[in-house]
Amino acid sequence: MEAQEDLVSTEPAEPASILRWRTMLAVPVAAAFALTLHTFIAKNEPPLEAHSYRLLFFEVIAVAIVLALLRRFSPGLRRWMARMWPIFTAAILLLCVWDVVTLGFRLLPLPYFPGPSAVLRSLINDRVMLLDSTWHSLVLLLSGYVLGVIAGLISGICIGWSTPVRYWGMPILKVVGPIPATAWIPLAMVLSPSAVVSSAALIALAVWFPVTMLTASGISNTRASYLDVARTLGAGRTYLIFRVAIPAALPNIFIGLFMGLGASFLTLVVAESVGVKSGLGWYVSWAQGWAEYGKVFAALIIMAAFFSTIMTLLFKLRDHVLVWQRGIIKW
Amino acid sequence: MVAVTETEASSLLVRDLKKSFPAPDDPLVRREVLGGISFSLAAGELVSLIGPSGCGKSTLLRLIAGLETSDAGDLLIESDPITAPNAERGLVFQDPNLFPWLSVRRNIQAGLVARGVLHEKKQEVDEFMRLVGLEVFANAYPHHLSGGMAQRAALARALINHPKVLLLDEPLGALDAFTRMRMQDEVLRLWQTRRTTMLLVTHDIDEAIYMSDRIMIMTPRPGRIERTIAVSLTRPRQRSSDDFLRLRSDILNFLHFAGKA
Repeated sequence: MEAQEDLVSTEPAEPASILRWRTMLAVPVAAAFALTLHTFIAKNEPPLEAHSYRLLFFEVIAVAIVLALLRRFSPGLRRWMARMWPIFTAAILLLCVWDVVTLGFRLLPLPYFPGPSAVLRSLINDRVMLLDSTWHSLVLLLSGYVLGVIAGLISGICIGWSTPVRYWGMPILKVVGPIPATAWIPLAMVLSPSAVVSSAALIALAVWFPVTMLTASGISNTRASYLDVARTLGAGRTYLIFRVAIPAALPNIFIGLFMGLGASFLTLVVAESVGVKSGLGWYVSWAQGWAEYGKVFAALIIMAAFFSTIMTLLFKLRDHVLVWQRGIIKW
Repeated sequence: MVAVTETEASSLLVRDLKKSFPAPDDPLVRREVLGGISFSLAAGELVSLIGPSGCGKSTLLRLIAGLETSDAGDLLIESDPITAPNAERGLVFQDPNLFPWLSVRRNIQAGLVARGVLHEKKQEVDEFMRLVGLEVFANAYPHHLSGGMAQRAALARALINHPKVLLLDEPLGALDAFTRMRMQDEVLRLWQTRRTTMLLVTHDIDEAIYMSDRIMIMTPRPGRIERTIAVSLTRPRQRSSDDFLRLRSDILNFLHFAGKA
Protein backbone atom coordinates (compact mmCIF):
# COMPACT_ATOMS: atom_id res chain seq x y z
CA MET A 1 0.00 0.00 0.00
CA GLU A 2 2.74 2.41 0.98
CA ALA A 3 4.69 1.74 -2.17
CA GLN A 4 1.64 2.63 -4.17
CA GLU A 5 1.21 5.86 -2.23
CA ASP A 6 4.77 6.73 -3.24
CA LEU A 7 3.97 5.98 -6.83
CA VAL A 8 1.10 8.44 -6.66
CA SER A 9 3.12 11.25 -5.14
CA THR A 10 5.89 10.93 -7.71
CA GLU A 11 3.36 11.61 -10.47
CA PRO A 12 4.11 15.17 -11.62
CA ALA A 13 0.51 16.10 -12.22
CA GLU A 14 -2.34 18.25 -10.91
CA PRO A 15 -4.50 17.07 -7.96
CA ALA A 16 -7.29 15.90 -10.29
CA SER A 17 -5.02 13.30 -11.87
CA ILE A 18 -3.76 12.13 -8.46
CA LEU A 19 -7.35 11.56 -7.53
CA ARG A 20 -7.81 9.63 -10.73
CA TRP A 21 -4.80 7.45 -9.94
CA ARG A 22 -6.20 6.72 -6.52
CA THR A 23 -9.54 5.81 -8.02
CA MET A 24 -7.87 3.56 -10.59
CA LEU A 25 -5.85 1.76 -7.94
CA ALA A 26 -8.72 1.29 -5.53
CA VAL A 27 -10.15 -1.78 -7.26
CA PRO A 28 -6.92 -3.83 -7.75
CA VAL A 29 -5.73 -2.88 -4.27
CA ALA A 30 -9.02 -3.95 -2.72
CA ALA A 31 -8.93 -7.19 -4.72
CA ALA A 32 -5.35 -7.90 -3.64
CA PHE A 33 -6.36 -7.22 -0.06
CA ALA A 34 -9.34 -9.59 -0.34
CA LEU A 35 -7.09 -12.23 -1.86
CA THR A 36 -4.52 -11.95 0.92
CA LEU A 37 -7.20 -11.94 3.56
CA HIS A 38 -8.85 -15.04 2.13
CA THR A 39 -5.56 -16.91 1.80
CA PHE A 40 -4.92 -16.16 5.44
CA ILE A 41 -8.41 -17.14 6.63
CA ALA A 42 -8.88 -20.21 4.43
CA LYS A 43 -5.71 -22.06 5.45
CA ASN A 44 -7.68 -25.06 6.68
CA GLU A 45 -10.38 -25.05 4.01
CA PRO A 46 -10.58 -27.54 1.13
CA PRO A 47 -8.21 -26.17 -1.50
CA LEU A 48 -10.66 -26.52 -4.38
CA GLU A 49 -13.16 -24.15 -2.77
CA ALA A 50 -10.57 -21.49 -2.08
CA HIS A 51 -9.12 -21.91 -5.55
CA SER A 52 -11.99 -20.50 -7.60
CA TYR A 53 -12.55 -17.66 -5.16
CA ARG A 54 -8.89 -16.69 -5.43
CA LEU A 55 -9.05 -17.02 -9.18
CA LEU A 56 -11.93 -14.54 -9.17
CA PHE A 57 -9.77 -11.87 -7.55
CA PHE A 58 -6.86 -12.57 -9.85
CA GLU A 59 -9.24 -11.95 -12.71
CA VAL A 60 -10.52 -8.76 -11.10
CA ILE A 61 -6.96 -7.48 -10.70
CA ALA A 62 -6.09 -8.41 -14.28
CA VAL A 63 -9.20 -6.75 -15.74
CA ALA A 64 -8.69 -3.62 -13.61
CA ILE A 65 -5.10 -3.27 -14.82
CA VAL A 66 -6.06 -3.81 -18.45
CA LEU A 67 -8.84 -1.21 -18.17
CA ALA A 68 -6.52 1.23 -16.42
CA LEU A 69 -4.17 0.96 -19.39
CA LEU A 70 -6.96 1.20 -21.95
CA ARG A 71 -8.59 4.24 -20.35
CA ARG A 72 -6.27 6.62 -22.17
CA PHE A 73 -7.96 5.75 -25.45
CA SER A 74 -11.58 6.14 -24.44
CA PRO A 75 -13.14 9.08 -22.56
CA GLY A 76 -16.33 7.04 -22.18
CA LEU A 77 -14.42 4.28 -20.41
CA ARG A 78 -12.76 6.90 -18.18
CA ARG A 79 -16.10 8.37 -17.14
CA TRP A 80 -17.55 4.91 -16.51
CA MET A 81 -14.54 3.92 -14.41
CA ALA A 82 -14.61 7.16 -12.43
CA ARG A 83 -18.28 6.55 -11.68
CA MET A 84 -18.21 2.80 -10.96
CA TRP A 85 -14.80 2.17 -9.36
CA PRO A 86 -15.69 3.46 -5.86
CA ILE A 87 -18.78 1.24 -5.89
CA PHE A 88 -16.81 -1.83 -7.07
CA THR A 89 -14.24 -1.18 -4.36
CA ALA A 90 -16.93 -1.03 -1.72
CA ALA A 91 -18.41 -4.28 -3.06
CA ILE A 92 -15.06 -6.06 -2.81
CA LEU A 93 -14.54 -4.76 0.74
CA LEU A 94 -18.02 -5.98 1.61
CA LEU A 95 -17.00 -9.45 0.40
CA CYS A 96 -14.01 -9.22 2.77
CA VAL A 97 -16.33 -8.42 5.68
CA TRP A 98 -18.53 -11.37 4.74
CA ASP A 99 -15.45 -13.60 4.52
CA VAL A 100 -14.20 -12.52 7.93
CA VAL A 101 -17.57 -12.82 9.65
CA THR A 102 -18.33 -16.30 8.26
CA LEU A 103 -15.14 -18.17 7.49
CA GLY A 104 -12.78 -16.10 9.63
CA PHE A 105 -14.41 -15.86 13.04
CA ARG A 106 -17.45 -18.09 12.42
CA LEU A 107 -19.76 -15.48 13.95
CA LEU A 108 -22.78 -16.74 11.97
CA PRO A 109 -24.23 -20.24 12.43
CA LEU A 110 -23.39 -22.87 9.84
CA PRO A 111 -24.64 -24.25 7.55
CA TYR A 112 -27.05 -21.34 7.13
CA PHE A 113 -24.38 -18.72 6.39
CA PRO A 114 -21.61 -20.07 4.17
CA GLY A 115 -18.67 -17.90 3.22
CA PRO A 116 -18.37 -16.17 -0.16
CA SER A 117 -15.98 -18.82 -1.49
CA ALA A 118 -18.50 -21.62 -0.79
CA VAL A 119 -21.25 -19.63 -2.50
CA LEU A 120 -19.06 -19.04 -5.52
CA ARG A 121 -18.34 -22.76 -5.59
CA SER A 122 -22.09 -23.56 -5.65
CA LEU A 123 -22.63 -20.94 -8.32
CA ILE A 124 -20.05 -22.60 -10.56
CA ASN A 125 -20.92 -26.21 -9.81
CA ASP A 126 -24.65 -25.78 -10.28
CA ARG A 127 -24.51 -23.31 -13.18
CA VAL A 128 -26.51 -25.46 -15.60
CA MET A 129 -29.40 -25.83 -13.21
CA LEU A 130 -29.25 -22.17 -12.20
CA LEU A 131 -29.31 -21.08 -15.82
CA ASP A 132 -32.25 -23.36 -16.52
CA SER A 133 -34.11 -22.02 -13.48
CA THR A 134 -33.42 -18.44 -14.55
CA TRP A 135 -34.80 -19.18 -18.01
CA HIS A 136 -38.00 -20.68 -16.56
CA SER A 137 -38.40 -17.72 -14.21
CA LEU A 138 -37.91 -15.30 -17.10
CA VAL A 139 -40.55 -16.97 -19.25
CA LEU A 140 -43.07 -17.10 -16.41
CA LEU A 141 -42.34 -13.54 -15.28
CA LEU A 142 -42.58 -12.02 -18.73
CA SER A 143 -45.74 -13.87 -19.74
CA GLY A 144 -47.46 -12.78 -16.50
CA TYR A 145 -46.10 -9.23 -16.63
CA VAL A 146 -46.99 -8.56 -20.25
CA LEU A 147 -50.48 -10.01 -19.74
CA GLY A 148 -50.99 -7.84 -16.62
CA VAL A 149 -49.70 -4.70 -18.31
CA ILE A 150 -51.99 -5.14 -21.33
CA ALA A 151 -55.00 -5.80 -19.11
CA GLY A 152 -54.04 -2.94 -16.77
CA LEU A 153 -53.60 -0.44 -19.60
CA ILE A 154 -56.95 -1.34 -21.16
CA SER A 155 -58.89 -1.20 -17.90
CA GLY A 156 -56.99 1.90 -16.74
CA ILE A 157 -57.70 3.82 -19.91
CA CYS A 158 -61.39 2.82 -19.84
CA ILE A 159 -61.79 3.77 -16.16
CA GLY A 160 -59.86 6.99 -16.60
CA TRP A 161 -61.71 8.12 -19.70
CA SER A 162 -65.32 7.02 -19.33
CA THR A 163 -67.47 8.16 -16.42
CA PRO A 164 -69.81 5.12 -16.43
CA VAL A 165 -66.91 2.67 -16.56
CA ARG A 166 -65.31 4.63 -13.73
CA TYR A 167 -68.51 4.41 -11.67
CA TRP A 168 -68.78 0.61 -12.02
CA GLY A 169 -65.09 -0.20 -12.29
CA MET A 170 -63.69 1.78 -9.37
CA PRO A 171 -65.49 -0.22 -6.63
CA ILE A 172 -64.24 -3.50 -8.11
CA LEU A 173 -60.74 -2.08 -8.32
CA LYS A 174 -60.85 -0.76 -4.78
CA VAL A 175 -62.14 -4.02 -3.29
CA VAL A 176 -60.23 -6.61 -5.34
CA GLY A 177 -57.06 -4.66 -6.06
CA PRO A 178 -55.52 -4.40 -2.58
CA ILE A 179 -55.70 -8.18 -1.98
CA PRO A 180 -52.13 -9.41 -2.47
CA ALA A 181 -52.04 -11.64 -5.54
CA THR A 182 -50.34 -14.36 -3.47
CA ALA A 183 -53.45 -14.63 -1.31
CA TRP A 184 -55.27 -16.12 -4.32
CA ILE A 185 -52.81 -19.01 -4.56
CA PRO A 186 -55.13 -21.64 -2.96
CA LEU A 187 -57.94 -20.74 -5.38
CA ALA A 188 -55.69 -20.40 -8.40
CA MET A 189 -54.23 -23.87 -7.86
CA VAL A 190 -57.71 -25.35 -7.83
CA LEU A 191 -59.03 -23.40 -10.80
CA SER A 192 -56.24 -24.09 -13.24
CA PRO A 193 -54.93 -27.55 -14.14
CA SER A 194 -51.41 -26.19 -14.73
CA ALA A 195 -49.40 -24.52 -12.00
CA VAL A 196 -47.51 -22.49 -14.61
CA VAL A 197 -50.70 -21.10 -16.13
CA SER A 198 -52.19 -20.21 -12.76
CA SER A 199 -48.91 -18.60 -11.66
CA ALA A 200 -48.78 -16.49 -14.79
CA ALA A 201 -52.36 -15.43 -14.09
CA LEU A 202 -51.44 -14.49 -10.51
CA ILE A 203 -48.46 -12.43 -11.66
CA ALA A 204 -50.73 -10.73 -14.19
CA LEU A 205 -53.21 -9.96 -11.42
CA ALA A 206 -50.46 -8.51 -9.24
CA VAL A 207 -49.32 -6.28 -12.10
CA TRP A 208 -52.82 -5.38 -13.24
CA PHE A 209 -53.80 -3.50 -10.07
CA PRO A 210 -51.07 -0.82 -9.88
CA VAL A 211 -51.00 -0.37 -13.66
CA THR A 212 -54.78 0.12 -13.77
CA MET A 213 -54.78 2.47 -10.80
CA LEU A 214 -51.98 4.71 -12.05
CA THR A 215 -53.16 4.68 -15.68
CA ALA A 216 -56.70 5.61 -14.66
CA SER A 217 -55.53 8.46 -12.47
CA GLY A 218 -53.16 9.70 -15.16
CA ILE A 219 -55.85 9.66 -17.84
CA SER A 220 -58.51 11.33 -15.71
CA ASN A 221 -56.07 14.02 -14.58
CA THR A 222 -55.18 15.06 -18.12
CA ARG A 223 -55.15 18.84 -18.16
CA ALA A 224 -58.55 19.96 -19.41
CA SER A 225 -56.99 22.73 -21.47
CA TYR A 226 -54.98 20.18 -23.53
CA LEU A 227 -58.24 18.46 -24.39
CA ASP A 228 -59.94 21.82 -25.13
CA VAL A 229 -57.11 22.87 -27.43
CA ALA A 230 -57.19 19.52 -29.22
CA ARG A 231 -60.96 19.81 -29.72
CA THR A 232 -60.64 23.26 -31.27
CA LEU A 233 -57.95 21.84 -33.56
CA GLY A 234 -60.50 19.39 -34.91
CA ALA A 235 -59.63 16.32 -32.82
CA GLY A 236 -62.05 13.43 -32.57
CA ARG A 237 -62.29 10.96 -29.72
CA THR A 238 -59.53 8.68 -31.02
CA TYR A 239 -57.10 11.59 -31.19
CA LEU A 240 -58.15 12.83 -27.73
CA ILE A 241 -57.55 9.43 -26.14
CA PHE A 242 -54.50 8.19 -27.99
CA ARG A 243 -52.70 11.43 -28.79
CA VAL A 244 -53.57 13.60 -25.81
CA ALA A 245 -54.77 11.66 -22.76
CA ILE A 246 -52.37 8.70 -23.04
CA PRO A 247 -49.21 10.77 -23.70
CA ALA A 248 -50.22 13.07 -20.85
CA ALA A 249 -50.70 10.04 -18.59
CA LEU A 250 -47.42 8.31 -19.56
CA PRO A 251 -45.39 9.57 -16.58
CA ASN A 252 -48.06 8.11 -14.30
CA ILE A 253 -48.33 4.93 -16.36
CA PHE A 254 -44.60 4.32 -15.91
CA ILE A 255 -44.94 4.62 -12.14
CA GLY A 256 -47.60 1.92 -12.40
CA LEU A 257 -45.30 -0.22 -14.55
CA PHE A 258 -42.53 0.04 -11.95
CA MET A 259 -44.86 -0.79 -9.08
CA GLY A 260 -46.27 -3.69 -11.09
CA LEU A 261 -42.77 -5.00 -11.79
CA GLY A 262 -41.98 -5.06 -8.07
CA ALA A 263 -45.24 -6.89 -7.37
CA SER A 264 -44.51 -9.36 -10.18
CA PHE A 265 -41.10 -10.30 -8.69
CA LEU A 266 -42.70 -11.01 -5.34
CA THR A 267 -45.54 -13.04 -6.82
CA LEU A 268 -43.15 -14.96 -9.08
CA VAL A 269 -40.93 -16.10 -6.22
CA VAL A 270 -43.84 -17.06 -3.98
CA ALA A 271 -45.67 -18.91 -6.77
CA GLU A 272 -42.50 -20.80 -7.70
CA SER A 273 -41.78 -21.85 -4.16
CA VAL A 274 -45.29 -23.22 -3.52
CA GLY A 275 -46.61 -24.54 -6.83
CA VAL A 276 -44.42 -24.35 -9.90
CA LYS A 277 -41.72 -27.01 -10.14
CA SER A 278 -39.11 -24.82 -11.82
CA GLY A 279 -37.55 -21.39 -11.64
CA LEU A 280 -35.35 -19.57 -9.15
CA GLY A 281 -37.99 -19.47 -6.41
CA TRP A 282 -38.36 -23.25 -6.66
CA TYR A 283 -34.58 -23.67 -6.72
CA VAL A 284 -34.21 -21.71 -3.47
CA SER A 285 -36.72 -23.83 -1.58
CA TRP A 286 -35.36 -27.03 -3.12
CA ALA A 287 -31.80 -26.17 -2.05
CA GLN A 288 -33.10 -25.22 1.37
CA GLY A 289 -34.71 -28.67 1.65
CA TRP A 290 -31.26 -30.25 1.18
CA ALA A 291 -29.75 -27.71 3.57
CA GLU A 292 -27.42 -26.56 0.79
CA TYR A 293 -27.30 -22.94 1.78
CA GLY A 294 -24.46 -22.19 -0.58
CA LYS A 295 -26.93 -22.85 -3.38
CA VAL A 296 -29.56 -20.71 -1.69
CA PHE A 297 -27.17 -17.77 -1.67
CA ALA A 298 -26.08 -18.50 -5.22
CA ALA A 299 -29.71 -18.37 -6.35
CA LEU A 300 -30.23 -15.12 -4.43
CA ILE A 301 -27.29 -13.57 -6.22
CA ILE A 302 -28.67 -14.68 -9.59
CA MET A 303 -32.08 -13.29 -8.62
CA ALA A 304 -30.56 -9.93 -7.70
CA ALA A 305 -28.78 -9.72 -11.04
CA PHE A 306 -31.83 -10.96 -12.95
CA PHE A 307 -34.38 -8.63 -11.35
CA SER A 308 -32.15 -5.57 -11.41
CA THR A 309 -31.40 -6.16 -15.09
CA ILE A 310 -35.12 -6.20 -15.89
CA MET A 311 -35.64 -3.09 -13.76
CA THR A 312 -32.80 -1.33 -15.61
CA LEU A 313 -34.35 -2.24 -18.95
CA LEU A 314 -37.63 -0.67 -17.84
CA PHE A 315 -35.74 2.47 -16.75
CA LYS A 316 -34.11 2.62 -20.18
CA LEU A 317 -37.49 2.27 -21.87
CA ARG A 318 -38.88 5.10 -19.74
CA ASP A 319 -35.92 7.36 -20.51
CA HIS A 320 -36.55 6.71 -24.18
CA VAL A 321 -40.33 7.21 -24.14
CA LEU A 322 -40.37 10.17 -21.75
CA VAL A 323 -37.42 11.96 -23.32
CA TRP A 324 -39.60 15.08 -23.56
CA GLN A 325 -39.62 15.31 -19.76
CA ARG A 326 -35.87 15.83 -19.60
CA GLY A 327 -35.35 19.31 -18.22
CA ILE A 328 -38.84 19.54 -16.71
CA ILE A 329 -38.51 17.13 -13.82
CA LYS A 330 -35.65 15.31 -12.13
CA TRP A 331 -35.93 11.52 -12.09
CA MET B 1 -77.23 50.48 -27.98
CA VAL B 2 -75.51 47.60 -29.74
CA ALA B 3 -76.01 47.75 -33.43
CA VAL B 4 -76.04 44.27 -34.92
CA THR B 5 -75.32 44.48 -38.58
CA GLU B 6 -76.25 41.27 -40.33
CA THR B 7 -74.37 41.79 -43.52
CA GLU B 8 -73.50 39.08 -45.99
CA ALA B 9 -69.88 39.44 -45.00
CA SER B 10 -70.43 38.79 -41.33
CA SER B 11 -68.40 35.72 -40.47
CA LEU B 12 -69.60 35.36 -36.88
CA LEU B 13 -73.02 36.33 -35.59
CA VAL B 14 -73.97 36.26 -31.93
CA ARG B 15 -77.59 37.04 -31.12
CA ASP B 16 -79.07 37.43 -27.63
CA LEU B 17 -76.75 34.80 -26.17
CA LYS B 18 -77.45 33.74 -22.59
CA LYS B 19 -75.53 31.46 -20.26
CA SER B 20 -75.83 30.68 -16.58
CA PHE B 21 -73.88 28.40 -14.26
CA PRO B 22 -74.86 26.84 -10.93
CA ALA B 23 -73.61 29.05 -8.10
CA PRO B 24 -70.57 27.49 -6.39
CA ASP B 25 -72.03 27.98 -2.89
CA ASP B 26 -75.56 26.81 -3.71
CA PRO B 27 -76.01 24.42 -6.63
CA LEU B 28 -79.76 25.06 -6.75
CA VAL B 29 -79.26 28.71 -7.69
CA ARG B 30 -78.13 29.44 -11.22
CA ARG B 31 -76.09 32.57 -11.72
CA GLU B 32 -76.40 34.35 -15.01
CA VAL B 33 -72.96 34.91 -16.51
CA LEU B 34 -74.00 36.19 -19.92
CA GLY B 35 -77.24 38.16 -20.05
CA GLY B 36 -78.05 38.51 -23.71
CA ILE B 37 -74.97 39.17 -25.83
CA SER B 38 -75.37 40.35 -29.41
CA PHE B 39 -72.69 41.33 -31.90
CA SER B 40 -71.25 40.30 -35.20
CA LEU B 41 -67.81 40.14 -36.73
CA ALA B 42 -67.21 41.00 -40.37
CA ALA B 43 -64.85 38.73 -42.27
CA GLY B 44 -61.26 39.77 -41.72
CA GLU B 45 -62.11 42.01 -38.78
CA LEU B 46 -60.04 42.18 -35.58
CA VAL B 47 -62.30 42.98 -32.63
CA SER B 48 -61.30 43.24 -28.98
CA LEU B 49 -63.40 42.41 -26.00
CA ILE B 50 -62.41 44.17 -22.80
CA GLY B 51 -63.93 44.33 -19.37
CA PRO B 52 -63.22 43.59 -15.72
CA SER B 53 -62.45 40.01 -14.72
CA GLY B 54 -65.52 37.90 -14.07
CA CYS B 55 -67.59 39.66 -16.73
CA GLY B 56 -67.91 36.49 -18.79
CA LYS B 57 -65.37 37.22 -21.54
CA SER B 58 -63.81 33.78 -21.38
CA THR B 59 -67.21 32.09 -21.13
CA LEU B 60 -68.29 33.90 -24.27
CA LEU B 61 -65.16 32.70 -26.05
CA ARG B 62 -65.71 29.12 -24.91
CA LEU B 63 -69.29 29.28 -26.19
CA ILE B 64 -68.11 30.48 -29.57
CA ALA B 65 -65.44 27.79 -29.62
CA GLY B 66 -68.19 25.24 -28.92
CA LEU B 67 -66.61 24.01 -25.68
CA GLU B 68 -69.77 25.05 -23.76
CA THR B 69 -73.40 25.15 -24.80
CA SER B 70 -75.55 28.24 -24.40
CA ASP B 71 -78.90 28.45 -22.56
CA ALA B 72 -80.52 30.64 -25.16
CA GLY B 73 -79.70 32.71 -28.21
CA ASP B 74 -78.04 32.12 -31.56
CA LEU B 75 -74.44 31.48 -32.46
CA LEU B 76 -73.87 31.40 -36.19
CA ILE B 77 -70.70 31.09 -38.16
CA GLU B 78 -71.28 32.03 -41.81
CA SER B 79 -74.97 31.36 -41.00
CA ASP B 80 -74.31 27.78 -39.73
CA PRO B 81 -75.17 27.24 -36.07
CA ILE B 82 -72.29 26.36 -33.75
CA THR B 83 -72.88 23.09 -31.90
CA ALA B 84 -69.50 21.58 -31.09
CA PRO B 85 -65.79 22.44 -31.21
CA ASN B 86 -64.44 22.49 -34.69
CA ALA B 87 -61.24 23.32 -36.52
CA GLU B 88 -62.93 26.32 -38.15
CA ARG B 89 -62.79 28.16 -34.81
CA GLY B 90 -59.26 28.20 -33.43
CA LEU B 91 -58.64 29.05 -29.80
CA VAL B 92 -55.44 30.35 -28.20
CA PHE B 93 -55.25 30.63 -24.43
CA GLN B 94 -53.09 32.76 -22.16
CA ASP B 95 -51.09 29.60 -21.45
CA PRO B 96 -49.81 28.38 -24.83
CA ASN B 97 -50.88 24.84 -23.85
CA LEU B 98 -48.43 23.28 -26.25
CA PHE B 99 -48.38 19.50 -25.85
CA PRO B 100 -45.15 18.97 -23.86
CA TRP B 101 -44.63 15.49 -25.33
CA LEU B 102 -44.48 16.77 -28.92
CA SER B 103 -41.70 18.72 -30.58
CA VAL B 104 -42.50 22.24 -31.82
CA ARG B 105 -43.00 20.94 -35.34
CA ARG B 106 -45.35 18.17 -34.23
CA ASN B 107 -47.28 20.64 -32.09
CA ILE B 108 -47.78 22.94 -35.05
CA GLN B 109 -48.94 20.10 -37.29
CA ALA B 110 -51.25 18.65 -34.58
CA GLY B 111 -54.35 20.15 -36.21
CA LEU B 112 -53.51 18.53 -39.54
CA VAL B 113 -52.96 15.16 -37.84
CA ALA B 114 -56.20 15.51 -35.88
CA ARG B 115 -58.15 16.18 -39.07
CA GLY B 116 -56.30 13.43 -40.92
CA VAL B 117 -54.99 15.76 -43.64
CA LEU B 118 -51.29 15.85 -42.73
CA HIS B 119 -50.35 14.01 -45.90
CA GLU B 120 -51.90 16.53 -48.30
CA LYS B 121 -50.81 19.59 -46.35
CA LYS B 122 -47.30 18.58 -45.29
CA GLN B 123 -45.70 21.60 -46.98
CA GLU B 124 -47.88 23.99 -44.98
CA VAL B 125 -46.13 22.95 -41.77
CA ASP B 126 -42.89 24.48 -42.99
CA GLU B 127 -44.75 27.53 -44.23
CA PHE B 128 -46.32 28.17 -40.83
CA MET B 129 -43.10 27.50 -38.95
CA ARG B 130 -41.44 30.13 -41.13
CA LEU B 131 -44.39 32.45 -40.62
CA VAL B 132 -43.79 32.51 -36.86
CA GLY B 133 -40.00 32.24 -37.17
CA LEU B 134 -39.55 28.91 -35.40
CA GLU B 135 -37.83 26.82 -38.12
CA VAL B 136 -34.70 26.55 -35.99
CA PHE B 137 -36.70 25.15 -33.08
CA ALA B 138 -38.57 22.54 -35.12
CA ASN B 139 -37.24 19.63 -33.07
CA ALA B 140 -37.10 21.37 -29.69
CA TYR B 141 -39.57 20.44 -26.99
CA PRO B 142 -41.93 23.18 -25.74
CA HIS B 143 -40.23 23.63 -22.37
CA HIS B 144 -37.13 24.87 -24.18
CA LEU B 145 -39.06 27.81 -25.65
CA SER B 146 -39.41 31.25 -24.11
CA GLY B 147 -42.92 32.51 -23.34
CA GLY B 148 -43.09 34.56 -26.54
CA MET B 149 -41.83 31.72 -28.74
CA ALA B 150 -44.25 29.25 -27.16
CA GLN B 151 -47.15 31.62 -27.84
CA ARG B 152 -46.00 32.04 -31.46
CA ALA B 153 -46.00 28.25 -31.79
CA ALA B 154 -49.52 28.16 -30.32
CA LEU B 155 -50.66 30.79 -32.85
CA ALA B 156 -49.17 28.81 -35.72
CA ARG B 157 -50.84 25.65 -34.43
CA ALA B 158 -54.22 27.39 -34.44
CA LEU B 159 -53.70 29.15 -37.80
CA ILE B 160 -52.60 26.04 -39.71
CA ASN B 161 -56.24 24.92 -39.82
CA HIS B 162 -57.20 28.17 -41.61
CA PRO B 163 -59.90 28.96 -39.05
CA LYS B 164 -62.78 31.20 -40.05
CA VAL B 165 -62.47 32.87 -36.67
CA LEU B 166 -59.46 32.86 -34.37
CA LEU B 167 -60.43 33.29 -30.73
CA LEU B 168 -57.70 34.74 -28.55
CA ASP B 169 -58.20 34.52 -24.78
CA GLU B 170 -55.71 36.99 -23.30
CA PRO B 171 -52.97 35.40 -25.41
CA LEU B 172 -50.31 37.91 -24.38
CA GLY B 173 -51.40 38.30 -20.76
CA ALA B 174 -48.58 36.22 -19.29
CA LEU B 175 -45.76 37.93 -21.18
CA ASP B 176 -43.56 40.74 -19.90
CA ALA B 177 -44.31 44.27 -21.16
CA PHE B 178 -41.65 44.36 -23.90
CA THR B 179 -42.32 40.88 -25.22
CA ARG B 180 -46.01 41.71 -25.20
CA MET B 181 -45.56 44.79 -27.38
CA ARG B 182 -43.43 42.81 -29.81
CA MET B 183 -46.01 40.03 -29.89
CA GLN B 184 -48.80 42.55 -30.55
CA ASP B 185 -46.99 43.48 -33.76
CA GLU B 186 -46.47 39.79 -34.46
CA VAL B 187 -50.19 39.04 -34.12
CA LEU B 188 -51.03 42.05 -36.28
CA ARG B 189 -48.62 40.83 -38.92
CA LEU B 190 -50.22 37.38 -38.87
CA TRP B 191 -53.66 38.98 -39.06
CA GLN B 192 -52.65 41.14 -42.02
CA THR B 193 -50.96 38.32 -43.94
CA ARG B 194 -53.60 35.66 -43.22
CA ARG B 195 -56.64 37.98 -43.16
CA THR B 196 -58.11 35.82 -40.39
CA THR B 197 -61.11 37.16 -38.48
CA MET B 198 -59.98 37.56 -34.89
CA LEU B 199 -61.77 38.06 -31.60
CA LEU B 200 -59.31 39.13 -28.92
CA VAL B 201 -60.14 39.03 -25.25
CA THR B 202 -57.82 41.25 -23.26
CA HIS B 203 -57.78 43.41 -20.17
CA ASP B 204 -55.08 45.64 -21.51
CA ILE B 205 -56.77 48.79 -22.88
CA ASP B 206 -53.65 49.88 -24.77
CA GLU B 207 -53.48 46.50 -26.46
CA ALA B 208 -57.13 46.75 -27.49
CA ILE B 209 -56.68 50.24 -28.98
CA TYR B 210 -53.37 49.36 -30.62
CA MET B 211 -54.68 46.27 -32.32
CA SER B 212 -58.37 46.27 -33.05
CA ASP B 213 -60.85 47.64 -35.58
CA ARG B 214 -63.50 47.76 -32.89
CA ILE B 215 -63.51 47.46 -29.11
CA MET B 216 -66.44 45.95 -27.25
CA ILE B 217 -66.63 46.84 -23.58
CA MET B 218 -68.31 44.28 -21.32
CA THR B 219 -69.74 44.83 -17.86
CA PRO B 220 -70.30 42.01 -15.35
CA ARG B 221 -73.21 40.39 -13.49
CA PRO B 222 -74.62 39.46 -15.88
CA GLY B 223 -72.12 40.00 -18.66
CA ARG B 224 -73.34 42.44 -21.32
CA ILE B 225 -71.71 44.38 -24.09
CA GLU B 226 -72.18 47.88 -22.79
CA ARG B 227 -70.52 49.81 -25.55
CA THR B 228 -68.81 49.26 -28.89
CA ILE B 229 -66.15 51.69 -30.05
CA ALA B 230 -64.85 51.80 -33.61
CA VAL B 231 -61.12 52.56 -33.69
CA SER B 232 -60.43 54.55 -36.82
CA LEU B 233 -56.76 55.32 -36.19
CA THR B 234 -54.51 54.54 -39.12
CA ARG B 235 -52.07 51.66 -38.84
CA PRO B 236 -49.37 51.32 -37.70
CA ARG B 237 -50.68 53.10 -34.64
CA GLN B 238 -48.65 55.35 -32.37
CA ARG B 239 -49.14 54.38 -28.73
CA SER B 240 -48.45 57.96 -27.61
CA SER B 241 -50.36 59.93 -30.26
CA ASP B 242 -53.04 62.37 -29.05
CA ASP B 243 -55.89 60.41 -30.67
CA PHE B 244 -54.63 57.19 -29.07
CA LEU B 245 -54.47 58.77 -25.63
CA ARG B 246 -57.86 60.46 -26.03
CA LEU B 247 -59.47 57.14 -26.87
CA ARG B 248 -57.71 55.56 -23.92
CA SER B 249 -59.01 58.13 -21.46
CA ASP B 250 -62.51 57.78 -22.94
CA ILE B 251 -62.47 54.06 -22.20
CA LEU B 252 -61.00 54.56 -18.74
CA ASN B 253 -63.70 57.12 -18.00
CA PHE B 254 -66.35 54.72 -19.16
CA LEU B 255 -64.99 52.00 -16.87
CA HIS B 256 -64.73 54.54 -13.98
CA PHE B 257 -60.99 54.06 -13.72
CA ALA B 258 -60.01 57.57 -14.78
CA GLY B 259 -59.59 58.96 -11.27
CA LYS B 260 -59.37 62.70 -10.82
CA ALA B 261 -58.04 63.73 -14.18
